[in-house]
Amino acid sequence: MGSAYKSEEKSTAAGIMSLRWWMLAIGFAWLLNYFLPDVMSPYYFQILILAGINVILSVSLNLVNGFTGQFSMGHAGFMSVGGYLSAYLTTQFVESRPELFTDSVTGELLATGIVIYLAALIMGGLAATIVGYIVGLPSLRLRGDYLAIVTLGFGEIIRVVFLNTDAVGGARGLSGIKQFTSFGWVYTLVIVTIFCVWRVVHSAHGRILLSIREDEVAATAMGVNTTQGKVRAFAMGAFFAGVAGGLFAHYLTTLSPGTFDFNRSFEVIIMVVLGGMGSISGSVVAAILLTVLKEALRPLQQITGVDLRMVIYSLVLIIMMLARPKGIFGTNEIGDLIRRKKGAKGGAT
Amino acid sequence: MAEFIQYLINGLSQGGTYALIALGYTMVFGILQLINFAHGEVYMLGAFSGLYTSKLAGPQLSAFFNKIFNGAADQMSTPAAICTAIVIIMVAMVVCALVGFCVERLAYRPLRSSPRINLLITAVGVSLFFQYSGQIIFGSDPKAYPDLFENLESWTFGSDENLLVINPLQVFVFVTAIVLMLILRHIIFHTRLGRAMRAVSFNHDLASLMGIPTDRVIAATFMLGSALAGAAGVMVGMTYPKVEPLMGSLPGLKAFCAAVLGGIGNVTGAVLGSFILGLAEALLSGYGTPTYKDALAFAILIFILLIKPSGLLGVHRTEKV
Repeated sequence: MGSAYKSEEKSTAAGIMSLRWWMLAIGFAWLLNYFLPDVMSPYYFQILILAGINVILSVSLNLVNGFTGQFSMGHAGFMSVGGYLSAYLTTQFVESRPELFTDSVTGELLATGIVIYLAALIMGGLAATIVGYIVGLPSLRLRGDYLAIVTLGFGEIIRVVFLNTDAVGGARGLSGIKQFTSFGWVYTLVIVTIFCVWRVVHSAHGRILLSIREDEVAATAMGVNTTQGKVRAFAMGAFFAGVAGGLFAHYLTTLSPGTFDFNRSFEVIIMVVLGGMGSISGSVVAAILLTVLKEALRPLQQITGVDLRMVIYSLVLIIMMLARPKGIFGTNEIGDLIRRKKGAKGGAT
Repeated sequence: MAEFIQYLINGLSQGGTYALIALGYTMVFGILQLINFAHGEVYMLGAFSGLYTSKLAGPQLSAFFNKIFNGAADQMSTPAAICTAIVIIMVAMVVCALVGFCVERLAYRPLRSSPRINLLITAVGVSLFFQYSGQIIFGSDPKAYPDLFENLESWTFGSDENLLVINPLQVFVFVTAIVLMLILRHIIFHTRLGRAMRAVSFNHDLASLMGIPTDRVIAATFMLGSALAGAAGVMVGMTYPKVEPLMGSLPGLKAFCAAVLGGIGNVTGAVLGSFILGLAEALLSGYGTPTYKDALAFAILIFILLIKPSGLLGVHRTEKV
């Protein structure tokens, strides 16, 4: 798999990696944050936010499933750890020290509130990382399919634990979470996630991950500590899943254990597989596509009275595996495809 | 004491159904190294085909058997009820064997030479497809199973304090499960097909060189496993008289955990693991916290993978390059 090395060279040459582009993108997200809610209907706005959260989930899962080649099925579990913890923290704070969050005179959101919110998101992410580490360390010694079932089982255990924990509402769920998540924060974190995953994948550590995916035995023979590489990728994926869970919790304002069942994990897996395991832009495109498709299929559901969405998803998954197992983009990035097309044209003239 | 025995009986009956599902998992894993995620859904389809068979033909069947046993069609008797149940189970087994065949032929066989991860994703896709198309076709609300053993009284032992109630249905489920397992054991160890299956699972390429039609053997394995899952589906439908399209995923995963506990790929291990899991769940919900019951199987799975990944009866195979 020399493509990763080549693509890094190409993209460095194109200057895409320079930090200011990313900063510019974040600035753009905040710009949109200020005027989009006025222009867009709340419904479309909600789709945009959910698409952003799904992008974080799928890009972070791609690090584990796509780049490292370890099939994790517990992403919803990590998401729920992050979501529950951060939501619990902010609701506790809002209850005990409301003056930190809203100005008592104007009712506006205070900067301290935002800081606490971000800290809670990061705490949620770190908790998910710790849980990911605990789960990953033993199970990543195992072969691929075992990992799949262990992570799936772990996701179920987490759900049952939340279902039985009264501090977070048990089966009723956690409600009354303050809605901190805004378009700006979601897309800032989308960009941060893509940036981090991109940098990791194109670093020496990323090459370790790719070597594990391509041939674990050969990688071990070359002196790569495969278990450590896998656990790191797993923990990092869990971190961003936890952050996404926090964003999700502070957007929906209610959480229930049923939100994070294994269908949620499957949804993210479908995004990663559809976009191409090992393609960051593929995950982004697939996450947006599937979030929009989910809403676009809603009228069909109203006409026929049945939920065809998951049937279509699952058929797409099967047909994809039969016809184009590498996904839409394979291991290429969207930039590679455009550049190749240009190159082909240049060659023809 | 009676309480304890009661839990044991519940556990054995539950373990019997887990075992029937786990056998399919372990056989498919032994032969293809594939976790057939769609197996739990085959079990669900078995429950539904049993439901529709008993709705369409149940009264006629029981009338027919009553006529044979009692001479009168309207008199219910235990042997007639058992025969009716057996016929329904057999119909479900045939339906599920066909489903298993189709899944293998359409979804798994074209991918036989591709990476295992692709097969796994396909299996997940097939599982989701059955779950959600099941919701569309059957409706997502739980359906009640017709009660075949309605006028059968439970057997009670002991007095008020040490009351032991045995539902004949539980005994029926347990006995049927054991009989089916013995039949499977006979097929695997004493027939040509069984020998071929063992050969293919030992070494696929070598078996093919020896003239074993591997594709046909793999299809037969899927059909056998699916038939057992179908039988389990009907029996669970009868005992907990509610079936719904999502009923398969959790028991399916639990049965997989049981198969890993016993040593995946090992037929005896799958049965042993299933009974251990069934008993452990029954005792946990009896003496401990029933709400944690669903997490127990996965906790056992993670634990066994940490301590002894090859399972209780599995043989540890060193991976060769």
